[in-house]
Amino acid sequence: MSRIGRAEVERIGHLARLRLEPEEADALARDLDAILGYVAELEALDTGGAPPASESPVTPLREDRAAASLPLERALANAPASDGSAFLVPPVLEGEDEG
Amino acid sequence: MTEPLGTAAELRRALDAGETTSAALVERALARAEATAPRLNAFVGLRAEAARREAAESDARRGREPARSPLDGIPIALKDNIAQAGEPCGCASRILAGYVSPYDATLVERLRAAGAIVVGRTNMDEFAMGSSTEHSCHGPTRNPWDLARSPGGSSGGSAAAVAAGIVPLAFGSDTGGSIRQPASFTGIVGLKPGYGRVSRYGLVAFASSLDQLGPLARSAEDCAAALDVVSGRDPRDSTSLPEPPTRCREALAGDVAGLAVGLPREALAGAGCDPEVSRAVEEGARELEKAGATLREVSLPHTRYAVATYYLICTAEASSNLARFDGVRYGRRAESAAGLTEMYERSRSEGFGREVKRRILLGTYVLSAGYYDAYYRKAQRVRALLRRDFEEALASCDALLLPTAPETAFPLGERTADPLRMYLSDVYTVSANLTGAPALSLPCGFAGGLPVGMQLVGRSGDEATLLRLADAFQRRTDYHLRRPELPA
Repeated sequence: MSRIGRAEVERIGHLARLRLEPEEADALARDLDAILGYVAELEALDTGGAPPASESPVTPLREDRAAASLPLERALANAPASDGSAFLVPPVLEGEDEG
Repeated sequence: MTEPLGTAAELRRALDAGETTSAALVERALARAEATAPRLNAFVGLRAEAARREAAESDARRGREPARSPLDGIPIALKDNIAQAGEPCGCASRILAGYVSPYDATLVERLRAAGAIVVGRTNMDEFAMGSSTEHSCHGPTRNPWDLARSPGGSSGGSAAAVAAGIVPLAFGSDTGGSIRQPASFTGIVGLKPGYGRVSRYGLVAFASSLDQLGPLARSAEDCAAALDVVSGRDPRDSTSLPEPPTRCREALAGDVAGLAVGLPREALAGAGCDPEVSRAVEEGARELEKAGATLREVSLPHTRYAVATYYLICTAEASSNLARFDGVRYGRRAESAAGLTEMYERSRSEGFGREVKRRILLGTYVLSAGYYDAYYRKAQRVRALLRRDFEEALASCDALLLPTAPETAFPLGERTADPLRMYLSDVYTVSANLTGAPALSLPCGFAGGLPVGMQLVGRSGDEATLLRLADAFQRRTDYHLRRPELPA
């Protein structure tokens, strides 16, 4: 029984902002199907009343104190496109000009 | 070719005795890195000039002031996912081509303050996702013991660099075994400290509840000295333990009398384990017994679910962590995209390799509506059961002993087309990440000419006992002193 196919992989790919070629999506669907088949062994395990491990940790807090952050020019140094004070991206809405 | 370098402790003695200089050691490390590069591909970049300058500074200090640490003047290497200000940090990924880190990781700050000298960055599986160092945009690293085989992964470059005697000490990251399994495959020691022991600030995040930085070296003594330097509370990592740096090196008494070592019956009876590996680990257990430790059988009933649990949790966290690579602030941006969404999609699709995409997709899937409870939440429940298994087993023992990997180094190319088979190489290592326990691998024998590693898993906060056991074992055995014969 197949747990996941190409259409589902493409849908998840969009959620993850990954654009997959049809052959790539087919190959990944086969891989993910095998992996999901393997992890299905957890389905049969009765975990009783065990609370999920992720719900127990306490987030440690620290004092809220002002401190220097990365200087602007260093923060922008790796930007694919910037205007010296901000990161530039392509149009957010279709039809708009870049910038 | 220049001779392989000794352990950091040996080099320390030679420096202190005036028999060598840091400048000479750094030259030897650089020369050996270059000479072995075509065959091993252990390094993705060297920082020759900066290392030479720092070595000269260390030499100038010597005699005038005490050594800053056991690592002062010692050449070391760092995995390519650890940030060094002004140096590339590429994670072996096309998406980070050209990226230069604007800051130092806390680990790097502490190593610099201790006088250690970084000679280069080592190869890895892309974003530390893999068990063979084959998923790298720089091509695979090869195992110094057999160039047709993998050095393990994902810290395979760091392991190969130490095993080949290029540097005495290197650092890697371990999310599911990425320090210990390559240490096992290359005949060296690899320590994954307990979760939070070493600050993760400046380590490129893969799975934040599992990631931990740690050393790889030929001796437990060097790993202890390295942990003492890089551990300790860091306000920039809220998960770092609120404790001072460790003092593990002092704990290496050579004596393990009175320590109880637990042998999990599930691991030693493991059907998927190479019998020669099982035999070497059993002999290792007997050696610890001869050294004064007592052995007792324990049970970890849920470890058979560990790999499944691990791959659900680590991929979920990875899908979230790797959302930051979007072509906006750093990294690769696809050219001439018509709009923002297309730019995201094409930048990521062109920049990430196949294994990274596979894990992002799996992680997105298990977190998506309708699947969260069945996969992610279920895995977190099993994780809690695993923690209980380890707590119960370690209530009556000081450490657990099991194989590091179910096999010795496998041939390059054997598993790249079969991700599930690759994942099963982590069967004995992922539990320590899921539980947060400290764990180390040390060499305990050879099978078919290849090193075999055994793994010690300890109580939370007790790296010292693991290092003490490993050091005592190394005082009685010579597996860690054997070196691969690298063809000229």
